[in-house]
Amino acid sequence: MCLFQFQSVMNYFPEEVLEHVFDFLTSHRDRNTVSLVCKSWYSVERFSREKVFIGNCYAVNPERLIARFPRLRSLTLKGKPHFADFNLVPDGWGGHVYPWIEAMAKSGINLEELKLKRMVVSDESLELLAKSFPNFKSLVLVSCEGFTTVGLAAIASNCRFLRELDLQENEVDDLKGKWLSCFPESCTSLVSLNFACLKGEVNVVALERLVARCPNLRSLRLNHTVPLEVLQKILVRAPQLSDLGTGSFTHDPDSETFIKLKNAMKNCHSIRSLSGFLDVNGRCLPAIYPICISLTSLNLSYAPGIFSNELIKLICHCKKIERLWILDTIGDKGLGVVANTCKELQELRVFPSDLYGVGNTAVTEEGLVAISAGCPKLNSILYFCQQMTNAALITVAKNCPNFIRFRLCTLDPIVPDAVTNQPLDEGFGAIVQSCKRLTRLSVSGLLTDQVFLYIGMYAEQLEMLSIAFAGDSDKGMLYVLNGCKKLKKLEIRDSPFGNMALLSDMGKYETMRSLWMSSCEVTLGGCKTLAEKMPWLNVEIINEHEAGEGEGEASCDDRHRVEKMYLYRTLVGPRKDAPDFVWTL
Amino acid sequence: MLSHLNLEATELRLGLPGSIDDVPSNNKRPSPEDHQTPPAPKAQIVGWPPVKSYRKSTAAAKNEEAESGMYVKVSMDGAPYLRKIDIRLYNGYSHLLTALEDMFKLSIGEYSEREGYKGSEYAPAYEDKDGDLMLVGDVPWEMFMSSCKRLRIMRGADARGLASAQ
Repeated sequence: MCLFQFQSVMNYFPEEVLEHVFDFLTSHRDRNTVSLVCKSWYSVERFSREKVFIGNCYAVNPERLIARFPRLRSLTLKGKPHFADFNLVPDGWGGHVYPWIEAMAKSGINLEELKLKRMVVSDESLELLAKSFPNFKSLVLVSCEGFTTVGLAAIASNCRFLRELDLQENEVDDLKGKWLSCFPESCTSLVSLNFACLKGEVNVVALERLVARCPNLRSLRLNHTVPLEVLQKILVRAPQLSDLGTGSFTHDPDSETFIKLKNAMKNCHSIRSLSGFLDVNGRCLPAIYPICISLTSLNLSYAPGIFSNELIKLICHCKKIERLWILDTIGDKGLGVVANTCKELQELRVFPSDLYGVGNTAVTEEGLVAISAGCPKLNSILYFCQQMTNAALITVAKNCPNFIRFRLCTLDPIVPDAVTNQPLDEGFGAIVQSCKRLTRLSVSGLLTDQVFLYIGMYAEQLEMLSIAFAGDSDKGMLYVLNGCKKLKKLEIRDSPFGNMALLSDMGKYETMRSLWMSSCEVTLGGCKTLAEKMPWLNVEIINEHEAGEGEGEASCDDRHRVEKMYLYRTLVGPRKDAPDFVWTL
Repeated sequence: MLSHLNLEATELRLGLPGSIDDVPSNNKRPSPEDHQTPPAPKAQIVGWPPVKSYRKSTAAAKNEEAESGMYVKVSMDGAPYLRKIDIRLYNGYSHLLTALEDMFKLSIGEYSEREGYKGSEYAPAYEDKDGDLMLVGDVPWEMFMSSCKRLRIMRGADARGLASAQ
């Protein structure tokens, strides 16, 4: 049956049936697609949608969101561009959540869940959130900033049905307040509590009591100030935990406390995910061996205190691991052990341990090849390494055609093939050619325009591409823009791409979420042209040095190279909260 | 017998892995000359390697703790170079000895008051405030931390002499 006939049959169904059918569509992409079919489907869909995902908070505004989705219950918002993670976006750029919370509160939205990434969250926002939504259940903040423990206290005190408070890698001003004690005795609904990123001490007695009265608690991640004695007591009260982040894991392994901890651990049959170990004594690690066999997720990337031989001993117990995040202290040899042991491994992230000195502990291409050969289910990798070769990448591509995410980062951004001294074009070319389902790619090392020819030709499913210090000319960027039909996010730094590439297919940017270019060759004139021709794009120039001078003489020269440009499609025109140093053309 | 010392770890090299013969000219990258200098502290490229600032600040905090530590030199008989460790990082003798075993790739074994480190060809010793050479493990850990000026891992006959003298 063709779509017309199908559609007219569907239109004889009452709206409740349509709505019921749409209930089965959980992915926001599917719901977006469905809403484009016809007016009546659009209407049914918008009144029934409860979960909304907004990948760029400046692409729409709160008013439009609320107008379209009055039954909104769960909102995900992302703010700053990805390169903000690496200090490329100055403070004060934007991404404030307050207007969203304010608008939803005023409109009587029954908000239950809020998930934010790279946004600025003030204490006032948290206070308003806590007081405005009586059914609020879940707050997840990832890589956010701007709040203190005062805001957290407001959430703890006021959200009577809070199930989830998950703080991941946020920069929080810890005013050493008593936020944890603010959970009232009546709060028994917690399922997930993650405060690992907080730097200050918490009231451990309050913590133990909170754990004791929340029987549904499944996920608990402590910060480094919670000592091992307290962990032991918590585990005794909450043996049902499935996800644990330890606080401090250091103690005298011969002590009675430690023996009690070992016993408590043995009783935790449900733990599948483990992290923490910010402070660790390697001799305490055997306490976790009994749970290692059931672990599916292990994050030791914040534990530089675990020596490589202890790490290897630990890994030998982790036969069911699917997700592993570690430091490069594991070494190529350790990765060999992972390859032999972790046959269920799907995602591996190897982070650099030596960020400030002369690295000599890093991993090389050998470790990556070993993993690719030993782990047949591997589909996602982030790998920081000292060196790489084309031969290794070609082997990896052959061994692992199933990569969805492939991010390679050489510690020296333009290091060539360690054996042949050639650019790494052929290696990455093999990856994109072999991995037909690749959606995310980060390249590094010495790279010419050739690698982009390959990417444009083969990376048909690619949605996000990160480029740094690569390419020779505009041709490189053109290959990507012309070839990658599904591209959504492109971020480029320190590469010789200029106006010719930027302006060749301006319509392309309306099919993408955003484009970031910094320290490239694009000029002010080029950006102005683009902004003029494309009203549905915000073309923002970040001018850190010019701040305060307004549109001064030098900065108005169209031939002037632009230091940082961020453009994105939007329905709502230039944003009104841009600071002085951001100029929307 | 020195093969297990893993000297590659501290081998001095000029230049980073790979040479720069075939680098095509390009005006957007750090200059090729950088490859010929000895491994200096990493060039200050903003935002490289691309590690989240949260992760960097956690690592920095660890480094700071380390900087205010109690560093002592550790020598091993027969090794060409010394190491330095921060004894504040360890919370007891067993922790310290494990670390030394890992660092020097050797086995020191169990301490006993009567026999020292019998059974191992190594004995960990330290120089105290008075300049005397003492066997590690005799005094309470806190006392050791405050009196230890320097560590020395002794081998062979000297080690046995020290152990049996206790």
